[in-house]
Amino acid sequence: MIKEQIQDGLWKQNAGLVQLLGLCPTLAVTVNITNGVALGVATIFVMMLANVSISPIRNYVPESARVPIFILVIAGLVTIVDLSINALSKPLYDALGIFIPLIVTNCIVLARVEAFASKNATLPSLYDGFFMGFGLTIVLIILGAVREIVGNGTLFQNLHFLIGDKYQFLTIQIFDSSDGFLLAALPPGAFIALSALILFLNLVNQKR
Amino acid sequence: MSEYKIILKTISIISFLGLIFAISLSITFEKSNPLIEQNKIDFKTNLLNEILNGLDYDNDLINTYIGVKPNELLKNKTETNAYLAKKNNILQAILIESVAPDGYSGDITILTAINSGGEIIGSRIIDHKETPGLGDYIDQKKSTWVFNFNGMSLSNSADFDWRVRKDQGTFDYKAGATITPRAVINSVKNTLIFYKENRELFND
Repeated sequence: MIKEQIQDGLWKQNAGLVQLLGLCPTLAVTVNITNGVALGVATIFVMMLANVSISPIRNYVPESARVPIFILVIAGLVTIVDLSINALSKPLYDALGIFIPLIVTNCIVLARVEAFASKNATLPSLYDGFFMGFGLTIVLIILGAVREIVGNGTLFQNLHFLIGDKYQFLTIQIFDSSDGFLLAALPPGAFIALSALILFLNLVNQKR
Repeated sequence: MSEYKIILKTISIISFLGLIFAISLSITFEKSNPLIEQNKIDFKTNLLNEILNGLDYDNDLINTYIGVKPNELLKNKTETNAYLAKKNNILQAILIESVAPDGYSGDITILTAINSGGEIIGSRIIDHKETPGLGDYIDQKKSTWVFNFNGMSLSNSADFDWRVRKDQGTFDYKAGATITPRAVINSVKNTLIFYKENRELFND
């Protein structure tokens, strides 16, 4: 059972590359790896919680009012995550900024609740939430890495916001950031990098 | 099932979930708010010290402040605190908060330290919602842009110095994001003007 969720989440139904859901944060945040990792982890967390909260009550949710109910649950969870991150780590909160509240608008969370959690038992829903989020996180990290190298000439910039100031040395400067290809850091660069990834995925699928 | 029953069921489950989340949100808020407030105070103390850049003072800085009412120059919407750094009870520097409302998205809040000679010791962005990766280079965490203000004063800089290069000024900017630095430069300049016009306010 769990194998199916792993395959779907990471490849067959990948949120970022196949379902193409949650494009807004995917394209907006992935300026560097750090943002990708941070948003990815927060999304995994919210998706697991959302799926696990909806699945047990799925038989009590009236068909006609399911979307407002799902949004209510997701928005509540996201606000709790937002407040908790702010209390636990201010640097992390500052680094993620507006993108945590924006998880509410990420279609992939609502889509998985609607397509999976409202039809399946709790445990598979938990797996689904995790692996869907994980698949998206991998895409966010790859996009972030490509855009960071091309646009800014660095790798792991700002990573110390997530794991502490003593890890500042992890930032790798490949070339001077003023020589960066600005397009890669701007939204069009995100579209181009994302389409390259989709191309790669489809090529591999075709070869099989 | 009749129509009324469905409506009743819908209303009750939405209210039920609303209640659950209202309760859990208020618990989370109650638990996290003291921590968030404490984080803010710690952050502020560190920030003040960082802006003062090693300036020597011997007073309890975070508790030595005077209220600044909303005014046209600083554009603050509520009363803000201007912190006074003193040594042997003589004013060494003052930290004034200003707001640049004309950034690309939302208000930019800036804290500027001015020494008794009217020179900027340092400026820092405390809060902004500028586009990540584009307008956010004004943030000291992202680039050193904001250090350009160090040492500037109204008497040692001409009017045109307070502009970005694109407007024949001296400030660097990033292509595609000039609205943001313009707003910040204006706000910092106005802070100096405010200090010049209200000196007697701080010298008591």
